Amino acid sequence: MGTVLTVKNINVYYGAIHAIKGISFDVNRGEIVTLIGANGAGKSTTLHTVSGLLRSKTGDIEFLGESISHTAAHKIVSMGISHVPEGRRIFQGMTVQENLEMGAFVTKQDRIPENLAYVYEQFPRLKERTSQIAGTLSGGEQQMLAMGRALMSDPELLMLDEPSMGLAPILVDQIFEIIQNLNKAGTTILLVEQNAQMALSVADRAYVIETGKISLSGTGEELARSDEVRKAYLGG
Amino acid sequence: MAERILKNISTRGLKNAVKGNEYRKEALISYGILIIGYIVLQLGASVGLIGKHLQGQFVPICVYVALAISLNLVVGISGELSLGHAGFMAVGAFTGIIVMRVLEPHLGIMPIRLIIALIFAAIMAAIAGFIIGVPILSLRGDYLAIVTLAFGEIVRNFMNVLYFALDENDHLKFAFNHTIDGITNDQRILTGAIGATGVTKAATFTGAMLLTAFTLFVVLNLKNSKQGRAIMAIRDNRIAGESIGLDVRKYKLMAFVVSAALAGMAGCMFGQNYSTLAPVKFNFNTSILILVFVVLGGIGNIWGGMIAAALLTILPEAFRQFADYRMLTYAIVLILVMIGTYNPTFKARINSVIDKIKPKKKKDSGKKNKKSKSGKEVA
Repeated sequence: MGTVLTVKNINVYYGAIHAIKGISFDVNRGEIVTLIGANGAGKSTTLHTVSGLLRSKTGDIEFLGESISHTAAHKIVSMGISHVPEGRRIFQGMTVQENLEMGAFVTKQDRIPENLAYVYEQFPRLKERTSQIAGTLSGGEQQMLAMGRALMSDPELLMLDEPSMGLAPILVDQIFEIIQNLNKAGTTILLVEQNAQMALSVADRAYVIETGKISLSGTGEELARSDEVRKAYLGG
Repeated sequence: MAERILKNISTRGLKNAVKGNEYRKEALISYGILIIGYIVLQLGASVGLIGKHLQGQFVPICVYVALAISLNLVVGISGELSLGHAGFMAVGAFTGIIVMRVLEPHLGIMPIRLIIALIFAAIMAAIAGFIIGVPILSLRGDYLAIVTLAFGEIVRNFMNVLYFALDENDHLKFAFNHTIDGITNDQRILTGAIGATGVTKAATFTGAMLLTAFTLFVVLNLKNSKQGRAIMAIRDNRIAGESIGLDVRKYKLMAFVVSAALAGMAGCMFGQNYSTLAPVKFNFNTSILILVFVVLGGIGNIWGGMIAAALLTILPEAFRQFADYRMLTYAIVLILVMIGTYNPTFKARINSVIDKIKPKKKKDSGKKNKKSKSGKEVA
């Protein structure tokens, strides 16, 4: 198995605001790990810190045994962490295929056709729309495109930030099915979700973040059954 | 799997061909405008259709077209508002003037001297672009615009206190904030706020046109390179760009520095067109003027900016008797463009007129192709 990502006691500030207060967790190869929590708990901030968009003041982040807490964001991507930011950040003016090709910016040229085929295999919907302008896709398709684009760089670890945001329930099911498929195909996944029920149902392990700290952790099942989590996030 | 990959590669090839066509179309139009413009102006001048006044504007037209192209790299392709383009132009102009004067005793052939001056101008402007680009490119939007505006003013004010001269042994002398002693008028190169005097004009219409073509070549190729795509991706969505591993600073800086270098070259050519040149020429109004070319031509539309630059340089000359109303006309034109591009009803009306005028055959084939394509995709 082996650990892919280790986050050790990170502290992140937005100016004077202490957003992350000593969070530690790890992600093992082949797992789906999810971070759940209320709005403003620090879930997205944690992902941003891992991908190098934010810096932690103290603590350390290790990816495949190497410290990345001072590595530039663009280098982290080529090391094998792909981050799908919240809110379907796609290149609106480019076609679907161009978006995917942009995702392969740090990938070796000869790997691109293979990765592209893999993405189209996982997202048949995108294949039907290769030359459509990305901005005209539906919300669900845009989310798929954002995920597909992240896969183009051959990531060891895929970080998904709120993939279910603003999607109809049936699409949420589809997205989570794809997440599980990607995981089965060998991608380790770190998932941040508001939709705790859904996230816990697919996750191997889960952490609950509350106001910048980890308050609970366990397997997905355990947390789904825990009274605290049920009260706070699953509605009784 | 293999079949799938093959299929993908073939669709990829197809799409690249389409993209190649777009690129070729843009390049064709842009270079076409240059060549046609050159021929028309040359013929007009030799036949005597174009008066002396307008002929004097040939080099400035080329320079402004080149400036519009280079500013489009920052404003259109990189998506950052820069209000200090005249600053880079000034750096290039005065570097060029100094280099030309220093080389004059050693190198008789004017065109070669000019090329060397252009290279130096590009290097100095690129250095200036780099120095201000590094700190300011972490700023975004309005803040970046304000700092570039300040930069333009700083450069101009710096030129105001710069003194350069060649002494009797042809050594370059330099002073800051005071005149150089023991120098005759002839030996002066730069004299503070008075600027450069007694410049031997080296700019020719053909030379300026070649420079514009070079600028166009650089910008079009950059736009259609891998780097260009990265620059545009960051413009479209910075966070997405970061998330796929683009070095945002590097690409923003690349666009900024290349644009500065090209503006420096255009400035150098501009400076070689006048016998005297004061720093005040490169004030805020000039920066805004270049920006107006870009905005009027359509941000990101390279040949649109070229046409706007040419027209807005020619028109005030052609209508010299209305010179008093020049700024008024500018304002009115800008307002009309704003209304025209932002008002759907107005746009639709214009489009319907254009559709009527356009030759039917071409329109039909183009639209049918597109329709059948998108139809397939939906199905």
